[in-house]
Amino acid sequence: MAELKYALYTGCTARESTPELLMSTLAVAKKLGIELVLLDEASCCGASHLQDFDDFLSLVLNARNICYAEKQNLNMVTICNTCQLNTVMTKERLDTDENLKSQVNEKLAEVGLEYKGTSSVRHFLYAIIDDYGLDKLAEQVVKPLDDFNIAAFYGCHNIRPSHLHRKHNAPQDIGEGGGEEAFEKEPLMSKYNGGEDPYNPSSLDRIIDALKGKSVDYESKNKCCGFHADLQAPHTAHKLTGTALLDAIDNDADMMVTPCPLCHLNMDVKQNAVAKEMGRDIKLPILHLPQLIGLALGIDPKELGLQHNVSEPEFV
Amino acid sequence: MSSERITKKLTFKTFRFNAETDFLPYFKTYEMEVGKDELVLDILNRIKWEFDGSFSYRRSCRHGICGSCSIKVNGKPVLSCKQNVWELVDIFETDTLLLEPQSKKRVVKDMIIDKKDFWSKHDKLKPYLVAEIDEHPKEEIKVSPHDAEQLLEADYCIQCGNCYYACPAVEVNEEYFGPAQFAKAYRFNADVRDTAKRDRLEKVREMGPGVWDCVKCFECAEACPKDVDPIGKITKLHNQIFEEGMAQDNVATRHAVGFKHSILKHGLLDEGELVRYSEGNIGVMKHMPEAIAMFKKGKIVMPWNMPKSKNLDEIKTLVKSSSKVKF
Repeated sequence: MAELKYALYTGCTARESTPELLMSTLAVAKKLGIELVLLDEASCCGASHLQDFDDFLSLVLNARNICYAEKQNLNMVTICNTCQLNTVMTKERLDTDENLKSQVNEKLAEVGLEYKGTSSVRHFLYAIIDDYGLDKLAEQVVKPLDDFNIAAFYGCHNIRPSHLHRKHNAPQDIGEGGGEEAFEKEPLMSKYNGGEDPYNPSSLDRIIDALKGKSVDYESKNKCCGFHADLQAPHTAHKLTGTALLDAIDNDADMMVTPCPLCHLNMDVKQNAVAKEMGRDIKLPILHLPQLIGLALGIDPKELGLQHNVSEPEFV
Repeated sequence: MSSERITKKLTFKTFRFNAETDFLPYFKTYEMEVGKDELVLDILNRIKWEFDGSFSYRRSCRHGICGSCSIKVNGKPVLSCKQNVWELVDIFETDTLLLEPQSKKRVVKDMIIDKKDFWSKHDKLKPYLVAEIDEHPKEEIKVSPHDAEQLLEADYCIQCGNCYYACPAVEVNEEYFGPAQFAKAYRFNADVRDTAKRDRLEKVREMGPGVWDCVKCFECAEACPKDVDPIGKITKLHNQIFEEGMAQDNVATRHAVGFKHSILKHGLLDEGELVRYSEGNIGVMKHMPEAIAMFKKGKIVMPWNMPKSKNLDEIKTLVKSSSKVKF
């Protein structure tokens, strides 16, 4: 297999409130022999809020971020669901609208950049599954997680809107779109994106399986944590976070794992506030996906930044 | 070629409840052979015709246009007359499908729910064209193709309620208008003949019922059988609030605008400053317990350590030249 190399768009959270996400991502990539080039030039993606205020500005900034991956001839990977969705929404709009693309490129030309559309944009999770491979990952496991019930929490922006993710998260050798051929091979359902369906997602559960853990079956796994309404509608956000946490706890989860640092912030940091809203104690360790993978690969917990998790993973 | 019909033996666990006579809802199980072309509506019909005539559900056109027959199957909102059953078997990897009404707490009988709040919330947003129109016009009112395209297919909505009953904000906040209602408000706000745009924006900008309470989960876009993309219309309403100069100075608007300030200064988002700017110096205090917990774990970046994007000058140039909206 060719060596895997990507441009890593970290997003803001991994550089600030979830340093453990960046630490564990780099540690796991190193262990698996995946080369990640940090896009230090990148700006914030606007986190689905900037475009509420100024849509065009958000397009220009996201296009600029992609430019830096293109300049190095690398495909981009993200480690935040919201970065992933905002970046890929920008890519989709520019790739399908020449007029809009030229408006954006007119601005980018002011700083000597041009958006071409040559780099793909995927969440690191799917790069591990589709490019690295779960079989290979399973071979690397030195500390099987078979003592643990692990609740996968998918996070909205990796699974919805599914048509966009199916198109852009496809493995590289398949290219875009489904077409007749794909339909004939896989009648009724596209298997792209690891066969991820927003109503029955499986990628995280399959990773848990590869790490020899037991995945928890619970209804809230594909639901919303409410993060984007945290400030303006705290009641709504707390209720959604709490419902998901309690659902996992009631189904015997020992821990939860998520590919999204924003879900992680709500689930990990807010357990006390959420417990008050729900009227029940809540205590559940929440791990970032690369932290979970790293533990199974035998990486030192310190290197995975577990000391930064607020709900302490005492089992380590 | 064999003419034998290929079928799958499937089990349908079906929600049953009569609000007039039952104390609690229950599930009844029906087994049947299902062909590859059968739709969920066919199953509902067969339950009624082959098993239990008292089974109740709404249906009318059978052509995906009346919006009556929506239910949830294994939690997935479906328009019964458009949803193939084998496809669901494929998605959920199971031979047992759970048939439930769109919203269990609103059930009248079996699959039939009371959509009262769905309609009354529509009513509040003037879901019709408001225009001074001459009763005896000399010629028709012309709308150019370009202007008509600005509706972005929001007029395709059949009010089936799939998005509304999939929306988690509706679930926990009773006053929240809901995605179908916002899509409808956008449909008329985007109509060049309409004159009530500002009236509608007055309503949709309110904290609580309005667009700011959207959690951005995209459940609505996923649930819509007509690709109306309600969340896309919610974003458009946000944009209209700013474009029309109708944005109030509150935590929600400052939250959106704060991103721009932060990006201009650092390229990246200054998370702490965003919360302070959005909430104000006093409001920010309520986040102290979490802030302290995060600080202890090394999750708070101090202002003097705030990381900055490389080539920040480019970002500053672009923010200045590409900004199109003022606050």
